[in-house]
Amino acid sequence: MKFGVVIFPGSNCDEDMIYTLASTMGQEVVRLWHKENDLQGCDCIVLPGGFSYGDYLRSGAIARFSPIMTEVIEHANEGGYVFGVCNGFQVLCESGLLPGALLHNNNQQFICKNIYLRSATSKTLLTATIDPLDVLKIPIAHGEGRYYADQATLDKIQERDQVLFRYCDESGEINREANPNGSLENIAGICNEKRNVFGMMPHPERASDSALGNLDGKKLFESLLELQTA
Amino acid sequence: MKFRAEIDVMPLTALLDPQGKAVTSSMKNLGLAEIENVRIGKHITLGLEAADKEEAHKKVEEACKKLLANEIMESYDIELFEESN
Repeated sequence: MKFGVVIFPGSNCDEDMIYTLASTMGQEVVRLWHKENDLQGCDCIVLPGGFSYGDYLRSGAIARFSPIMTEVIEHANEGGYVFGVCNGFQVLCESGLLPGALLHNNNQQFICKNIYLRSATSKTLLTATIDPLDVLKIPIAHGEGRYYADQATLDKIQERDQVLFRYCDESGEINREANPNGSLENIAGICNEKRNVFGMMPHPERASDSALGNLDGKKLFESLLELQTA
Repeated sequence: MKFRAEIDVMPLTALLDPQGKAVTSSMKNLGLAEIENVRIGKHITLGLEAADKEEAHKKVEEACKKLLANEIMESYDIELFEESN
């Protein structure tokens, strides 16, 4: 699969993502500067984490109007894969490619730590090979990650099986205590109705190298590449 | 004609505003326990050129809908003033 990692001014997880996709997963990866207008034939566009445009106004709000986003939105509407992590997830919500919004964490703090999550559906490429009972340890690092959508949207997302991941505790229990930021229904990641656009707050690219002592994030990339996980 | 817009963007009342909540609770420490329901939003000012007030309002409204506010989580209120040259 050919990946394009978009770099906005203020992106800071782009190199981690490129390292994971290219060195760990052995895929072809190109860097896409936000001012470009060509996706270079990429199959999957990745919007990395960071603080695009300094998080001015709202996280992801200004990046959504970067020139490359016109092409990314078109790619998504044509069924191409788009994967946003952290700030990338915020950009996808702001651009309307994913429903809902990401609000300030309910404790008003930037949280940077390992959390636990479980896949909530196997009906997407990103989670297809992940056992829903498998507890994944993946770090989060955000100040605005409280997933919110109005009740009607939330009902629709759940009816249509669009929740990708939920925060849980170490034993896999999905409860209020395991919810780090106050997200509705412990939601850590969602996909769109057509199941080709994925967004999540945790950083799988920070948990995909044995040198980091944590390989749980790699399972997502293996699933994306349709590699059977052991 | 030149106009100045004063825009208030506020978190929707149905949503928890953690900033406002933290400030509300700090009021007790100041000895102002009677202050309640602090909510914190943004105030944006901008200038624009338009044929008349109606057109100016339309343009500012478009700016609010597309970028300045996210209606999933915020509401906005526009006030327009004519600027003398």
